[in-house]
Amino acid sequence: MSRATQKSYYWIGFRTGLPFLLVVMPFGMLFGVVATDAGFTSVQTMAFSSVVFAGAAQFTALQLMAEDAPFLIVVATALAVNLRMAMYSASLAMWLGRAPLWKRALIAYVNVDQSYAVSMNRFEDVPDLSLSQRIAFFFGAVTPVSPMWVVATGLGIWLGDTIPDWMALDFAVPICFLAIIAPMMRTLAHMVSAVVSIILALVFSGLPYNLGLLVAAAVAMIVGAQIELWMHRRAQA
Amino acid sequence: MTATYIWAIIIVLGVGTYLIRFSFLGLIGGKDLPEWVLRHLRYTAVAVLPGLVAPLVLWPAATGGEVDPARLSAALVTFGVGLLTRNVVAAITLGGATLFGMVWLTGAY
Repeated sequence: MSRATQKSYYWIGFRTGLPFLLVVMPFGMLFGVVATDAGFTSVQTMAFSSVVFAGAAQFTALQLMAEDAPFLIVVATALAVNLRMAMYSASLAMWLGRAPLWKRALIAYVNVDQSYAVSMNRFEDVPDLSLSQRIAFFFGAVTPVSPMWVVATGLGIWLGDTIPDWMALDFAVPICFLAIIAPMMRTLAHMVSAVVSIILALVFSGLPYNLGLLVAAAVAMIVGAQIELWMHRRAQA
Repeated sequence: MTATYIWAIIIVLGVGTYLIRFSFLGLIGGKDLPEWVLRHLRYTAVAVLPGLVAPLVLWPAATGGEVDPARLSAALVTFGVGLLTRNVVAAITLGGATLFGMVWLTGAY
């Protein structure tokens, strides 16, 4: 495997990841603005974005912290939001699991929804890529996205209240996640799982500390898995 | 919020999130997982994200929890385009355009 091919796979990945800047910039800036408003210092806000490195979980934790939720509730809810990363980790292991440990450790740190999604699509579309081509593609895809999360947080702290309301930065979060979820509706089981999640999250939205989301997610996961089993049995019958 | 509370959450969440990300990739490497574990993991994203987003779409904090036509239509366009095209960037672009168009039309944000 020549270095030139590896290099070009890095740039193919880079170009694939580039459009996600559109999402990461407003999302990260919003986190800078909201965390500062909630009373975080600049150092705490930057540490939050670079240590935890997970947008949706950071927003969830921040919202609960602002409501003075107990420590364990904040941690449990934010980690539940990140539980999907275990699935990403398992499916990336199928393609990148033979990489050296230090590379896997770095892949784990910089992996986010967008880079996971584009890498999996590429690996499944072109299954005969070599391991080093896959690794090069992955790192290419995260380069324009992951460091920008921290940079955008800094911009948000710096610009703060000068960002006009009409930019509706708050809605960068739902738009980003809806765009990621929609292509995941591949089977009946995925659709029913998503609908169960929505209904239960809304029904239990009155529960304190976002516990409703935990309940909704746990039930939706089990329902999805059960429907998959049921469809499988039906296809065989 | 005390500084200790904030720092403790940053550190525990940082370590916990990293361990979740590292989990299978780090420890299992190229080995196989039990089928029932994979079956549940396949649904974590669709079980968590829609429940996370639904209240934000229906009751946005920016409007004090009132249903907002601009945000609701932006959400529907984003999801619809994502379903039809399976293209994340197209969904975000058209959803964002709908949001700004509706904010401009209704003059409300």
